[in-house]
Amino acid sequence: MNNRRVVVTGTGIVSSIGLNTVDFWNSLVEGKPGIGPFTSVDPELIRFKNGAEIKNFDASTSLDKNSLGLMDRFTQLAVVAAKESVAHAGIIFDEENAYRTAVILGTSMGGVNTQEQTYIDLYRDNKSRVHPLSIPKTMLNAASSNVSIQMGIKGPAYTISTACASSSHAIGNAFWLVRNGICDQAIAGGSETPFTYTFLKAWEAIRVVAPDTCRPFSKTRQGMILGEGAGMLVMETLENAKKRGAKILGEIVGFGMTSDAGHITKPDQKGAEHAMKLALQDAQISADKIGYINAHGTGTLVNDTMEVAAIRSVFGEHANILPISSTKSLHGHALGATSSFEAVATVMALQNGILPPTANYEELDENCNIDVIPNHSREKNIHYALSNAFAFGGLNAVLAFKKWEE
Amino acid sequence: MSELIFEKIATLLSSKKGVNKELIHIDSSFEELGLDSLDAVELIADLEDEFNVTIPNIELQNIKSVKQAVNGLEKAIQS
Repeated sequence: MNNRRVVVTGTGIVSSIGLNTVDFWNSLVEGKPGIGPFTSVDPELIRFKNGAEIKNFDASTSLDKNSLGLMDRFTQLAVVAAKESVAHAGIIFDEENAYRTAVILGTSMGGVNTQEQTYIDLYRDNKSRVHPLSIPKTMLNAASSNVSIQMGIKGPAYTISTACASSSHAIGNAFWLVRNGICDQAIAGGSETPFTYTFLKAWEAIRVVAPDTCRPFSKTRQGMILGEGAGMLVMETLENAKKRGAKILGEIVGFGMTSDAGHITKPDQKGAEHAMKLALQDAQISADKIGYINAHGTGTLVNDTMEVAAIRSVFGEHANILPISSTKSLHGHALGATSSFEAVATVMALQNGILPPTANYEELDENCNIDVIPNHSREKNIHYALSNAFAFGGLNAVLAFKKWEE
Repeated sequence: MSELIFEKIATLLSSKKGVNKELIHIDSSFEELGLDSLDAVELIADLEDEFNVTIPNIELQNIKSVKQAVNGLEKAIQS
């Protein structure tokens, strides 16, 4: 059962650099960042001032008023992105295929906007009760459940929460469900909305957010920039896609995951290396076949040095000619949603023969001496690519994709 | 001022992290005291509260010893 090929036939994105996949991709290619002063929290209250916030998003154009009221912002973004991905794939769910479709989504914190409102109601305004839907709006599975409800999908639906690797774990799990015959189709990705006062204060306290912008792999990097959004992939068996006459965008060929069993925030090179090796093994390809890596590349001193060392260890001499980039420099670090953006970016890089850049790059760091596609996208026809995710908690997930060629 | 800061650091490391106060010297590295980068972030946050100052992230990343913590705090207090 495990030889079924799994292809991507739809994508959906709501992000700071585009409210749909086309705009998102164009911003990546043009190197147009979504990073700037945040406005949903008073910047005077926070040490750092910039984020990759979504501007001009109006969920009411896609969702009716009643549904909107049931959803935290992280769920609204997820449902809007899921609708785009399903429309893109051209799937209509019916009694027959609904039970054979999965919804596997990632999030790090879930409905923090709703949770924040309960704190305000209780602690600041001394109210004696909170909104009756506080629980169903806050719960981490609210997004996966509402996507299932909105789409009429009746197969397995659940949420994976592994901090900044959540979406990669979700996509990888969905890939294995489809490849192994548990389902024929899946929507997978993630969503996150970190711009609340308490959440930003928590990120301020752990001292990893940059005061200016995100400069992955650059000697001048000072940390990450938080982002928000949702990204989705529709995947299905090759047989299913062909039967439907769907346009195939790419193929998922491998998934590897490990745990560092080390420090709660400091990444371990061995864990990252082993996850990349497992993804290659799962894809049954050798390391020299990889033509691009969408790096985890947070822009912190520790992550970027560790990741380049891990890539050099896994790829050996091939690392000298292997381009990598961190698109977090453009769409920010959207935590539990970030690797859904990066998976979509990787599929589109393969499909279009264009590698998105590492933006805001200034100066070579000898510890990150590798081709990071600095500042400008690059035309290059590649056949295989990896998408790396290495989360707080020491949780690593790596996806392998292949260009779709008849 | 530096003696006051040192004393505060020794008290915090001893009470919050269980470090034997007698082992804490001005030249002790955090590593020698069994502390990692997260412990350093916690220590600096407590000192910032105590002395009502802010140390920029970029400087905090370079604080890996008691002496560097004392110097970082003094600089922040003076500026």
